[in-house]
Amino acid sequence: MSWFYDTIRTSIGKKLLMALTGLCFCLFLIIHLIGNLTLYGGQELFESYVKHLHALGPLIRVAETGLLTLAIIHVSTGCFLVWQNWMARPVRYQVNKNAGGRTIGSWTMPYTGFIILIFVAIHLSNFHFIDHDRQTVFQAMTATFTFLPYVIFYTLAVVVVAVHVSHGFWSLFQTLGANHPKYMPAIRGLGILFSLLVAAGFGFIPAFVGFIMN
Amino acid sequence: MTAKTINLTLKVWRQGRGEPIGRLETCRAENISKDMSFLEMIDVVNEQLTKDHQEPIAFDHDCREGICGMCGAVVNGRPHGHERETTLCQLHMRHFSDGDTIVIEPWRARAFPVIKDLVVDRSALDQIIQAGGYISVNTGGAPDANSLPIPKDTADAAFVPAACIGCGACVAACPNASAMLFVGAKVSQLSLLPQGRPEAAKRVSSMVRKMDELGFGNCSNETECEAECPKGISIIQIARMNREFFKARFS
Ligand code: FES
Repeated sequence: MSWFYDTIRTSIGKKLLMALTGLCFCLFLIIHLIGNLTLYGGQELFESYVKHLHALGPLIRVAETGLLTLAIIHVSTGCFLVWQNWMARPVRYQVNKNAGGRTIGSWTMPYTGFIILIFVAIHLSNFHFIDHDRQTVFQAMTATFTFLPYVIFYTLAVVVVAVHVSHGFWSLFQTLGANHPKYMPAIRGLGILFSLLVAAGFGFIPAFVGFIMN
Repeated sequence: MTAKTINLTLKVWRQGRGEPIGRLETCRAENISKDMSFLEMIDVVNEQLTKDHQEPIAFDHDCREGICGMCGAVVNGRPHGHERETTLCQLHMRHFSDGDTIVIEPWRARAFPVIKDLVVDRSALDQIIQAGGYISVNTGGAPDANSLPIPKDTADAAFVPAACIGCGACVAACPNASAMLFVGAKVSQLSLLPQGRPEAAKRVSSMVRKMDELGFGNCSNETECEAECPKGISIIQIARMNREFFKARFS
């Protein structure tokens, strides 16, 4: 196993960890989004989705443990990289100018990542760590989304996720070595499309719940 | 007709030998011909400084025709200045206007300590090459030219990263001070050719390890490097290095 540790310890190894865990989170976002789309079909459809999901029982536990492990790897590796990269330039430039390579997504990665971490914690405490016998997920959601400051926070957080993904998506392909002049423009385009879908799909939920359902 | 000469204000990073930190100092560059290169402009300034019994600005240079990789400074926040695919020695003063203020700083990275003013120690890049950026030919005379057929496409593909002059602008441009574009170019160039294949796995592993050891940052795909590379080398070379690295480590 020492070869494995040796490999992930290198800068490319850490990059690989970020890319693979990031890829899993992208897949998770897709599944989460598809699930949440049932909401746009009305309360009944959404509640039956929640029921079916919870009926998976032990599988859900496995998925949760998996996601938690991925999160720990992604966040700790990310923190380590930020620290190392900061150390790599002890004296900063007096004048900073971009040549056009950086995007809002790319230069804000550590900050958006940090905001997402906080958001996920709050999000889980609102919908996951609640007494599911006393309150259904749907009730918890309608209750939370009537609180305006939370709606604003939620919507902004979703935008932040989209910004994070706008760099993360194409970036993971580059890291995995899948950069080809023929396909890279398509991958980049897909990344933008994906982040827009995430922003729209999740972002309109509070408005939908608040204005249309009530 | 527009004037043939311009006057500029320079803010240059001055740092004496052995000084832990320097500072930006202001000086004037008067009557600079627009046909001069950036380095010739500094030559003129240095002559004036010498006449005024002041220390001239130390800067690196050699070929002055964009092929050796010796020159380089960050001009107004851009390595080698704002012109695309241009080394500092090939940047001409016609790209500046009369009355401009130009801030000139050295490459900044922990792995590139400042020696004096704009001169930095880039031997870290040499150490990466020493770790594996070569092919071992241990015996025999020069082989016949066509004994090892290489398709033109392959030769061309290898030549793209081989254009790297090792100036270090990618490190200077990278927000993380990473040397991935340099290492990616060197690994790619050799891995594309049959002569480089036998040692490909060992090469990529040891060059990457050396790069990490020397305190360069990690690549986060900001792509500033390819935008600043005077030879227009793309991050496709980094992707190829990653493939080579995974091949080497996971097989
Ligand atoms: S002095 Fe040789 S590349 Fe500029």
